[in-house]
Amino acid sequence: MTSKAPIELLPRPANLSRRGFVGSLSAGILGAVATEAAGAETLADVPDRAPGADLSAHSERSRFARIDRIPEATPGKRNVDPGDAINSKTPHQKLVGNITPTDLHYERSHSGVPDIDPAQHRLLIHGMVGKPQVFSVDDLKRMPSITRVVFIECTGNGWENWKKADPDLTVQNTHGHVSTNEWTGVPLKFLIELVSKDQGSNWMLAEGGDGAGVDRSIPLTDEIMNEAFVAYGQNGEPLRPAHGFPMRLVMPGFEGNLNIKWLRRLKFGNAPWMTRWETARYTQLLADGKARQFQLRMETNSVITQPSGMMQIKPGDNRISGLAWSGHGRIAKVEISTDGARTWKQAQLSQPVLSKAQVRFQMDWVWDGKPTRIVSRSTDDQGNAQPDRQSFIAAMGTNALFHYNAQQTWSIDEAGRVRNVLA
Amino acid sequence: MSSHSKLFLTVLVSIGLLAAPALAFDFGRPATPEEIKLWDIDVGPDGKGLPDGSGTAARGKQVFSDNCAVCHGENGQGGIKDRLAGGQGTLASSVPVKTVGSFWPYATTLYDYIHRAMPYSTPGSLSVDETYAVTAYILSLNGIVAADGKVDRESLPKIRMPNRDGFIPEPEFDPAKLFRKK
Repeated sequence: MTSKAPIELLPRPANLSRRGFVGSLSAGILGAVATEAAGAETLADVPDRAPGADLSAHSERSRFARIDRIPEATPGKRNVDPGDAINSKTPHQKLVGNITPTDLHYERSHSGVPDIDPAQHRLLIHGMVGKPQVFSVDDLKRMPSITRVVFIECTGNGWENWKKADPDLTVQNTHGHVSTNEWTGVPLKFLIELVSKDQGSNWMLAEGGDGAGVDRSIPLTDEIMNEAFVAYGQNGEPLRPAHGFPMRLVMPGFEGNLNIKWLRRLKFGNAPWMTRWETARYTQLLADGKARQFQLRMETNSVITQPSGMMQIKPGDNRISGLAWSGHGRIAKVEISTDGARTWKQAQLSQPVLSKAQVRFQMDWVWDGKPTRIVSRSTDDQGNAQPDRQSFIAAMGTNALFHYNAQQTWSIDEAGRVRNVLA
Repeated sequence: MSSHSKLFLTVLVSIGLLAAPALAFDFGRPATPEEIKLWDIDVGPDGKGLPDGSGTAARGKQVFSDNCAVCHGENGQGGIKDRLAGGQGTLASSVPVKTVGSFWPYATTLYDYIHRAMPYSTPGSLSVDETYAVTAYILSLNGIVAADGKVDRESLPKIRMPNRDGFIPEPEFDPAKLFRKK
């Protein structure tokens, strides 16, 4: 077993035979099975069973399943030195199911990842409240808690395809800034009761304990009051430092930057503070030079992850699979076109389909070997449909930089090569 | 929220209203005005939160050169990080240049951001006067404050940034309409 190299699903290594590579793809997207498919012609070739490694404190991934995020700087500057990276993208092309593994959840940090001792961390809640309070992590853990599966998406997700589509991009590059985890924490409403928020306060400033002190103004709509929570748990364990340890705000359906990590202050007021993040940064520049502001909700979206950019398929049975999500609510349906958006078929959704969480969609497809284009489009339970690229760009122009949710098209050539294209 | 949590909340609020506040304070503890002051750093567009003090663009040029130019370039241009000056008139072009002068709607945000996040490696290390000075210098680079100009808590909120009217609120979250009584 030791002689076998880990399978890299993309890009296709030059020294790997087409047969071996295609075989690995069709056998499964998790590498381990694929290795055997490439290496064991008969059952006699399969290595004998033997006692395995010692048990350990952590369950590591198989060394045959190489799955990594991509550290990235600005659009187009990929695989940079981690010291120059500002984010790290989820490898959707190598994942299955609805949940993102904790260590592969995308990361966008604005001043690195602080090393916070929870015993010394405090949350201050003040401003227009009757009783300004200081809470410790232990205080939060003694409070009533909720657990909810929620996607978090960077408002910059999709930024690679605003103006052009580099053909060599994987879905990790085009859509790696969205992930779904199960989060556990205390409802914002409960904290608000504890500090006796003034009736007249309808905006909240949330501020992080990172070097940048990232802060956002959040309108206290009924929906946000009912759904926002301060999380300390992630997929059954304490938050990972990269995702806000020891506590973060979770804002189901709203842009990633509002989900303040390393949360240390909530201040109540009656107007937005116009922070750098909601003025200079996460506003959408339109073609006429005006910018949309407080576009806080993430849109109805979907993307095919299998097959996707830089993969290769062969004629015959193929399984199309991908992810859909909406900041408005539950995904109601996902349709797939295998003929360049001329005709559409409804895909199956992997249960459970949860509000403001990613859901996997799937469909069987027999590829006839002719060049074509595949694309998905989602619709949520509020009736919001994911726009085609043409109408999306017509409305938003190509300078907006944030909140890209146009349909993603992958082209397939006569050799089965899957590439990123604009529709 | 689960029915259990609702019950918990109802009970807690009832206790808080009827009995001594000590019980309601079982979670956490009261924050004192002195410690709130340590953390209460945000600055609103009306200038609320700006401290006493002032700074000149001339002084800011030196502070900027010592602390900021390594990332942003000597004149707020050409560095590895965000360009801070120029770009006015480019927002409707195919290559928009978003800077403090061309894009930022409020000068108060500049003080707030420098104070909370800059310099990148030692945030919060500039004094109040140095922060005002760098603010004045960046505004002067954009022709908004004179080269011999000065800013303080009174003048900063009164500055009308060139792109002040360049923003269209998303209808769903328009601050002017969101919580208006129907």
